Amino acid sequence: MADSTTSRVSFTLDSSLDSVNKIEQTAEQIAQRAGFDEDTVPHIAMAVREAAVNAVLHGNSYDTNKHVIASFETTSDSLIIRISDQGPGLDPDKIPDPLAPENILRGSGRGIFLIKAFMDEVNFRQLHPGTELTLIKHRTPAQSGT
Amino acid sequence: MSMKVKTRQVDGITILDLSGRITLGEGSVTIRDAVRDVLAKGSNKILLNLGDISYIDSSGIGELVSAFTTVKNSGGELKLLNLTKKVHDLLQITKLYTVFDVKDDEATAISSFTK
Repeated sequence: MADSTTSRVSFTLDSSLDSVNKIEQTAEQIAQRAGFDEDTVPHIAMAVREAAVNAVLHGNSYDTNKHVIASFETTSDSLIIRISDQGPGLDPDKIPDPLAPENILRGSGRGIFLIKAFMDEVNFRQLHPGTELTLIKHRTPAQSGT
Repeated sequence: MSMKVKTRQVDGITILDLSGRITLGEGSVTIRDAVRDVLAKGSNKILLNLGDISYIDSSGIGELVSAFTTVKNSGGELKLLNLTKKVHDLLQITKLYTVFDVKDDEATAISSFTK
């Protein structure tokens, strides 16, 4: 069977802000290599950063004994990023809507919203323990040729 | 690159010229401390100049909102100046653009504060 995967890389990282920065920078580089345009690359990088912050801060609570796994897969039609933590789990249905009038002036709670705004698909999977976020951005036919 | 703040006074308004990134663990704390310092010195009319902000994440957005509410609750005013396209778009997406009083000219911004 033909394998359409063009590249895949993954990291297991500490629960730290350095890890967040590394994951963000990797996302930016891979999105550029995948041929996304100059407006889309920062959006992908930001979405991935937000997912990494969620994993480090809300998932693992900076626990040095817990790790974050980030994987990047470029296929012929998509860039697929998976970020997982070892935290207590995240129920996406219980995340308040940051655009609701009662939440608009909250000082936090916009990360998942921005991820959804910038990616084409966002999926949550419970790992028991932990949560895996899958972020997908589709490539155009022109980008797929790179 | 972390965030830097320069503070200056114009006609009784405290202008914070911010540069760099406003993100979790970097600029967020810096903004919080800077606004707190201004309020502690008795000034509550603050203009945040974001013209040299290269990047902001959800934590940074949250910190701007917190600064806005903190200053407002103290009876003051906090306004934003010189948004880059990236910051402008983020505030639009998060529906915060109309919450903040956003200016693109410093003199106009200064004169818009309540005397």
